[in-house]
Amino acid sequence: MAMARRLRQILLLALFCLLSSFASANTVTPPKTLSSYSVEGRVKVEGMAAKQPVSKIANIKVVLNGGQEVTFIRPDGHFSFKGVTAGTHLLEVVALGYYFSPVRVDVSARLLGQVRAVAVETRRTLSDALVLEPLREELYYERREPFSVVGLLKSPMGLMVGFMLVAVFLLPKLMESIDPEEIKRVQEEMRNQPTPSFSNMLQGRS
Amino acid sequence: MIKGMRVVWICSEALYEDQVGVWEWHQQYIGKVNHAVFQTQGSGRKRVIVATEENAIASLNLRTGEVYWRRVLGDNDSINALELVTGKYVVSLSKEGSSIRAWHLPDGALVWESLLQPSLGAAASLIVLPVDINHDRANDLLVFSGSLLFAVSSVDGNIIWKSNLESVRKDLVIKKLSLASEGTLTGVGFSETSGLVTVDIDMRFGEIRKVSPVDVSKALDTSELMLINDVAVALDSSLTTVVTALIKTDGDVKIVETSLADLFSGDVRNSQILQTNLEGAFALRVNDNVLVVKVDSATGQLSVLEVMEGRIVLSDSLQVVDDKHGVAIVQAAEDKGSSGKFSLRVVYADSWDTFAVKESVTLDSHRGLIKKVFLNAYLRTDRTYGFRVLVVGEDHSLSLLQQGEIVWTREDGLASIIDTWTSELPLERDRHAVAEVEHDLADWLRGHWLKLKATLLLASPEELAAVQALRLQSSDKNKMFRDHNGFRKLIIVLTKAGKVLALHTGDGRIVWSLLVPGLRSRSNLANTPVRLMPWQVPHRHALDENPIALLVGRSEDGHASTGILSWVDVYRGTELRSLKLNFPIKLVIPLPITDTSEEQLHLFIDNVHKAHVFPATEESLALFLKHKSNVFFYVVDKEKGKIVGYSVKHMIDNFSRRESDGHVFHTEAVWSVVFPSDTEVISTVVPRDPNEAVHTQSKVLGSRDVLYKYLNKNTIFVATVTPKAAHHIGDATPEEAGLVAYLIDTVTGRVLHRVIHPSMQGPVHAVFNENWVLYHYFNLKTYRHEMSVIEIYDQNRVGDKGVVQLMLGRHNATSPVTSYSLPSVEVKSQSYFFTFSVKAMTVTSTARGITGKHILVGTVGDQVLALDKRFFDPRRTLNPSQEEREEGIMPLTDAIPIFPQSYLTHVHQVEGLRGVLTVPASLESTSLVFAYGFDLFYTRTAPSRIYDSLTEDFSYSLLLITIVVLVIAIFVTWILSERKELSEKWK
Repeated sequence: MAMARRLRQILLLALFCLLSSFASANTVTPPKTLSSYSVEGRVKVEGMAAKQPVSKIANIKVVLNGGQEVTFIRPDGHFSFKGVTAGTHLLEVVALGYYFSPVRVDVSARLLGQVRAVAVETRRTLSDALVLEPLREELYYERREPFSVVGLLKSPMGLMVGFMLVAVFLLPKLMESIDPEEIKRVQEEMRNQPTPSFSNMLQGRS
Repeated sequence: MIKGMRVVWICSEALYEDQVGVWEWHQQYIGKVNHAVFQTQGSGRKRVIVATEENAIASLNLRTGEVYWRRVLGDNDSINALELVTGKYVVSLSKEGSSIRAWHLPDGALVWESLLQPSLGAAASLIVLPVDINHDRANDLLVFSGSLLFAVSSVDGNIIWKSNLESVRKDLVIKKLSLASEGTLTGVGFSETSGLVTVDIDMRFGEIRKVSPVDVSKALDTSELMLINDVAVALDSSLTTVVTALIKTDGDVKIVETSLADLFSGDVRNSQILQTNLEGAFALRVNDNVLVVKVDSATGQLSVLEVMEGRIVLSDSLQVVDDKHGVAIVQAAEDKGSSGKFSLRVVYADSWDTFAVKESVTLDSHRGLIKKVFLNAYLRTDRTYGFRVLVVGEDHSLSLLQQGEIVWTREDGLASIIDTWTSELPLERDRHAVAEVEHDLADWLRGHWLKLKATLLLASPEELAAVQALRLQSSDKNKMFRDHNGFRKLIIVLTKAGKVLALHTGDGRIVWSLLVPGLRSRSNLANTPVRLMPWQVPHRHALDENPIALLVGRSEDGHASTGILSWVDVYRGTELRSLKLNFPIKLVIPLPITDTSEEQLHLFIDNVHKAHVFPATEESLALFLKHKSNVFFYVVDKEKGKIVGYSVKHMIDNFSRRESDGHVFHTEAVWSVVFPSDTEVISTVVPRDPNEAVHTQSKVLGSRDVLYKYLNKNTIFVATVTPKAAHHIGDATPEEAGLVAYLIDTVTGRVLHRVIHPSMQGPVHAVFNENWVLYHYFNLKTYRHEMSVIEIYDQNRVGDKGVVQLMLGRHNATSPVTSYSLPSVEVKSQSYFFTFSVKAMTVTSTARGITGKHILVGTVGDQVLALDKRFFDPRRTLNPSQEEREEGIMPLTDAIPIFPQSYLTHVHQVEGLRGVLTVPASLESTSLVFAYGFDLFYTRTAPSRIYDSLTEDFSYSLLLITIVVLVIAIFVTWILSERKELSEKWK
């Protein structure tokens, strides 16, 4: 019963609205007090949208003055702080996976809230629109090197094995490649003073 | 060279992607729910959107309780109201009714936001109108409070109109609004001069058409007013009469007065209208009863529908079908809810006696009473209506009940941890059976074989999955006894609701939880938990005694505030006893003295600076008297801007010797440091951690000279800032700001060091470890954050230079440090730029303090960043000499480099980060890290890499294979060599 009554009210109201739609809507904007301005800007999300799910992008925050005010960006990257006093402020963008420079924002009282912004890390003045761009993407994980023979050989155990192989197979080859006369000369020298052979060393003989 | 070293540092922290979840865990919570709206229509995912006391808005899966999305608003952005609009958005009103935002339901993206000025105050209400005002084919919103009304478009958040009743009447406070006929809003409220007032407002333009005071013979109580089908209900100022006002369409008002005595038999001691919206009725609390009173909208007559006794929680009424409105009623069972039994009823408000649901529910006893109920209906397959209710427990947990069963429960009290402690697990009592070991061995071998295959890229995808599963559930990380490396521990946390929970470091599961009976608020007693401290940590009797935690709380009964203590067994999770003290606690000081039962002595300082010693035994008294002359403490008075040091004097004999007083001692102010209040306010006071392990008292330089660290434990770091620069960046200009850092000896009050940083501003975060202090603040000149380090060296020993003197000289590591000797300290300091704002800062701690230190910084992005202490070495110069390079000193840079791999939290955020706890593991290289805020995150870190143990992914099989290959090679070469020798001998 109550519902039906309400429905009728709504219909009547709709009719009334239709009839008077020529009357301009009386939109009232809040009167700006002298010291209150709005800081509006945009976080460049174009590059992120492809890599991140929407819910991640929607969680990107913009922090004013180290936590005094916190706001979120809209899906197109726009954000705004209302009721900011004239003076100098600090903006930080919180986006997981991206590194943003904090931005120094000067809100001018003389120029009716005109905003001038400087990225403090790069000391670069941002152009007339406050567009914040990440300095770099952040990869939180160390990339695991794919298995490679070089990597294995570089490890202490690999080096040990490698040295052994060189000693076993390459050194005799090296001997062969030397001039036979040279070998003879060396062998003669060796006969004169018996060098400790590998097997001797192992058996403890000298 | 330097580049190479940096790479090493990165590696010391870095994590591979497949190591995620191996030893760290992350849990998400939302806090205590106080608004909830259901979205169950349509074929989409069923969800409930909740807003919490901790300023979070979250969308939960109604079937599992899992979080779809969550948005945490700023600290000053507390949520006043939450509504669903057009089934697409959820609209939140926050920040004292000044900020209105719409969030997209599926992904929580911000659709629009708007600022309403001037702000409406915390009592602001948000109504979704059933009409479209500005022809954008969406029903619009109305926000009002006091004398202000705003109509807001639900499509873009634009303000359609604003109406301020102050222009008509100064003292008008609108309490309730209803939609009357022909585009008129009728507001009902109070005015100081004339009592009840009705206001007619044009809905399209916000014009005030008429303000009509209503003649009421009695003065009214202006705290509550309900509006039920155009009947306003209020209490008179003596709280004995219900005044109902029938507001008729022609503006006429008829007043009916009903004495409470007619509704309720027995004397009325106190009464209050409850803020529960019921269809055609209202709820009234009289004494300890809840009355549901039906209002006849034609005559204004009242009739009592039901009188309920005890702890009752009502939900708002929910329109099920056209003329049926369900209300959920939760009533604790006879034993006042201590067993967790509740009776749940859903009644139709229109015909109060028909029950839709009547069942009894049992919640876990550690959930306490049910504090809030939200009702939702669904259509069963047989076209009848079923109900589910969302209940908020006394411990801030959230549970969904359906058909008498708990569908899911979220432990959301964990979003508001106020104090933490870690306890060792029990010792292993019985060894493993042999069979189990063999089984383990086979598993172990299989695991390593798989790992080897994975390393050599020979494993199939299934095997790779098996390896990952093995890593994640490495079975011994979750066992319930101590391990050799000290990785398994219990993290004990105290939440704002007065609940203590024990979390296992292995996987973060809750081992036990307890709503501490001694800290629960009673009807006339508001108890708040304050601290959690170790009371008894058994070492000698570790096998047969359990550790005990001490909980300190504050109890307020309207006019006086006193302390409460409660002792909790850490293994069993039970309260051993509780004690209500006779004095308020201003300060708790654990003394480094334990009695024969290994109970730690505690000193409680009350508001008149008397010291109370606990435990109140003869033995502890004797012990304390022995050490009394060495007990000093200091009290920081931030309001008056002074720090006063006290010593303990004689005992007060004539004090009543009750247990709730302890042993009472006089104290005497020994020193005080007063900061000039017009230029300095105390921002931060940081003492040294009394339990920190220091490995060496000296630092050997590259030139083989020795610097002696000044390691006085009674030193505090104090940072003061100018009053203007104490709060937020942007409040002060560089000329007005300034920061002064002090190092003060707390025994003598001597200022050891003082340094002024002009144009710097707070908030200041600091860590004080060994002989160095690191503090973070904001530089207004360069507009960047900075971190400064101060290292203090003892100049008294400057004669003992060189390593030989260090070893043989009289100052070895055990010589005591005294505050009384005139210190001559040398201070080295340096400042560096740092990119982020900081929320918390701490330092890693290891068992013996040999390992290098990392500073853990909770950044503005709710991540935990580990920074090597060597970055903050004050001896860094632009061109380090060869000797300094040998020591590991890096060339000076102006900023601290931030490597993404050194985030301990990697891809997680600890939303709303408030604290980071570090605990040493038994393994010297490793420190355990627990970060908390809305989320909990646990990991372990090795600041100088793991040098005393093989890493988890160490390939044992590769080592075995290498050894085998080597042995074979040795034999082969031996045989070859023998043969060659033989053949040579035959020559």
